[in-house]
Amino acid sequence: MENTNEMKLIFDGRPVNEGLARVAVAAFCTQLNPTLEEVSDVKTAVSEAVTNSIIHGYEGEIHKIEMNCRLQENVLLVEIRDHGKGIPDVEKAMEPMYTTKPEADRSGMGFTFMEAFMDELDVESAVGKGTVVRMKKIIRR
Amino acid sequence: MGTEIRLEGSRLIVKLPKEVDHPVSDHIRHETDRIMEKTYVRVIEFDFSDTEFMDSSGIGMVMGRYRALGMKMHTILATHVSRYIEKLLRLSGVHRYVEIERDTEIIENGKGEKYGKYE
Repeated sequence: MENTNEMKLIFDGRPVNEGLARVAVAAFCTQLNPTLEEVSDVKTAVSEAVTNSIIHGYEGEIHKIEMNCRLQENVLLVEIRDHGKGIPDVEKAMEPMYTTKPEADRSGMGFTFMEAFMDELDVESAVGKGTVVRMKKIIRR
Repeated sequence: MGTEIRLEGSRLIVKLPKEVDHPVSDHIRHETDRIMEKTYVRVIEFDFSDTEFMDSSGIGMVMGRYRALGMKMHTILATHVSRYIEKLLRLSGVHRYVEIERDTEIIENGKGEKYGKYE
């Protein structure tokens, strides 16, 4: 019998909800008894994905962001989905230090952090339709 | 534990809150810009004593303050940096121009064992 659990959270793409999303995912994954460092890694990665949707996907307009989380044995899967403007060149967007908004003090490190802190990262995007970020974290404890 | 910003001569000390994310970073950016328009600031010290969480928005804010001070060495200091915050600073390459002072404060846990916060 598989040990699984699921959660879906739909929220407005407002900066204040970045905190909500990362606290929700942190609380959800405590069932796997992660280390503090693993929790911080997951929180940072989720914060990056949600911030991207708010700043770049919706560019300040308020639309919904959907977060789907799943626990499967000792693995946490997180999917963050927006219906924003999409990314024309995902490969370019994932390069460290690359940003389309340097004037807003964006570091261009969002995808780099997601990649560094999670075990797997997959980005699917279509211009005019939106972006889905899928991440996997193995809880090793 | 909100953000506290104070001037000591030409040193601007920014005591960061528990979580340094996108809205907090925007707020600090505006506040420090406002002060720097009126006053000469030579050095900015970011005090991470209370900070448990940061993301790339915080990194962008620190990089932006480095640019605002003319991209000179020894202008940005990060103090009381935990192992996690240092990981973020190093991963983003910001450590190359930010002076990092680790948190060496000795704290005692409930069992009477003493250990460095950095460990």
